[in-house]
Amino acid sequence: MFRFHAFSTSSLHGFCPRSARTGRWGRNALWFTCLLTISFLITGCEGIQSALNPAGRDAALIAQLYWWMVGGAVIIWLIVVGLAVYALQINATEHDYNVTRFWVIGGGAVAPTIILTVLLVYGLSMMPTLLEPAPEGSQTITVIGKQWWWKVRYHLPEGQAVELANEIRLPVDEPVQFYLESADVIHSFWIPSLGGKVDMLPGRQTRLTLHPQRTGIYRGVCAEYCGGSHAKMSFEVVVMERDAFDTWLEQQQAPAKSASNELAERGESVFLAHGCGACHTIRGTKANGKIAPDLTHYGSRLRLAASALPQTRDALKEWIAHPKQTKPGVHMPSFALLSEDDLTALAAYLEGLQ
Amino acid sequence: MKLPPHEQTQSLWILVASPTIWAVHFLACYTTAAVWCAKMAETGGDLGAARWAIGVYTAAALIGIAIVGWRGFVRQSFEQVPPPFDADTIEDRVRFLEYAALLLSILSAIATIFVALAAVFIGTCD
Repeated sequence: MFRFHAFSTSSLHGFCPRSARTGRWGRNALWFTCLLTISFLITGCEGIQSALNPAGRDAALIAQLYWWMVGGAVIIWLIVVGLAVYALQINATEHDYNVTRFWVIGGGAVAPTIILTVLLVYGLSMMPTLLEPAPEGSQTITVIGKQWWWKVRYHLPEGQAVELANEIRLPVDEPVQFYLESADVIHSFWIPSLGGKVDMLPGRQTRLTLHPQRTGIYRGVCAEYCGGSHAKMSFEVVVMERDAFDTWLEQQQAPAKSASNELAERGESVFLAHGCGACHTIRGTKANGKIAPDLTHYGSRLRLAASALPQTRDALKEWIAHPKQTKPGVHMPSFALLSEDDLTALAAYLEGLQ
Repeated sequence: MKLPPHEQTQSLWILVASPTIWAVHFLACYTTAAVWCAKMAETGGDLGAARWAIGVYTAAALIGIAIVGWRGFVRQSFEQVPPPFDADTIEDRVRFLEYAALLLSILSAIATIFVALAAVFIGTCD
């Protein structure tokens, strides 16, 4: 594993304290520490929110730049530490003036300048590709950052748009054009597995193009501190085959289905009677509020409250009754006044909005 | 070339001249691009004329830095005395200041080119 067997323990002797060298315990502790460190490092590369596990063209480019820089940094570190060790070994006699001059000017000024220039030009040369807009006819999505959720607007070929929230689905192997806005403070839109981050600025529209290359579920986050619940502002990203994406988008355009059973019907009445529709929209009902997430197809989403909670009935009931316990400072008022039966009915109704 | 043993030749202004040109160049590039993109170009629009302006700023900045650097080079090599310039004399103080001005000019020139490189590679307001 990790090619540790290829090394001899003697190669580590120079780096561990004498007490650790002597006994079996010391060696074991050293191996254990190395294994633990490398395991942490390697597991950090996995997961749905890792820039080092790219699932898109742009993220792959950025990861490539990162690994080149890590490689460069390791080489520079080895040279510097190697020279420091060398300096400890040599006799402190008078050195040749020209040799000293070579090392000071060459190592201190010329080499860093060349390395920085190469890295800068290499990094900048990626920018035209990363900034290239998606071709005409690509899927276009406007995302508006709000404290602390995401309004998502899919633009349709006919010029219409369908408004969703807190979840983004994308077709695989196709460029997608994002237009990014903010309704309040500065946010930053970042799906680490698919590409770089772009700020969302009040009063301005910024742009991002992504090219998903692998189907799967990923996570997007707000990458700019935007208030107390900044860390609770993320969203799921589902990259799908074109056919599945078309089916999903068609389903999202449809108005909400009527409540399918008695419990859900009661939930709908609770929803409308307690004024939820003043803030939320459920297309096909009287609820047409615009200041909170659209709930027309809430039940089809993978997670709840901008990915802060799992999509379960208990979590939904807890969220409705005590939203500020999950997201301090959230604008949604508490509905702890609702009875347990009303909460259950409301949750059942919302879950049925597939 | 004889150095005039005058108070003005020991001025610290020459030391900060090149870094100041670099700072002004950076500010001018940043401001020009910001104003151009905010007022004259659409979202994702072309940097266009702003790139030319940055090119002109860069040429002017490099000429200014080169003048300061050349002056530093000439004055620090006065009478071909090798460093270190640490004697308590006007000549050594001037040599030290001019030598430092020369090195800072080299640093400022590189930094100015680095700033301008962004405009070479990035052609849009995104």
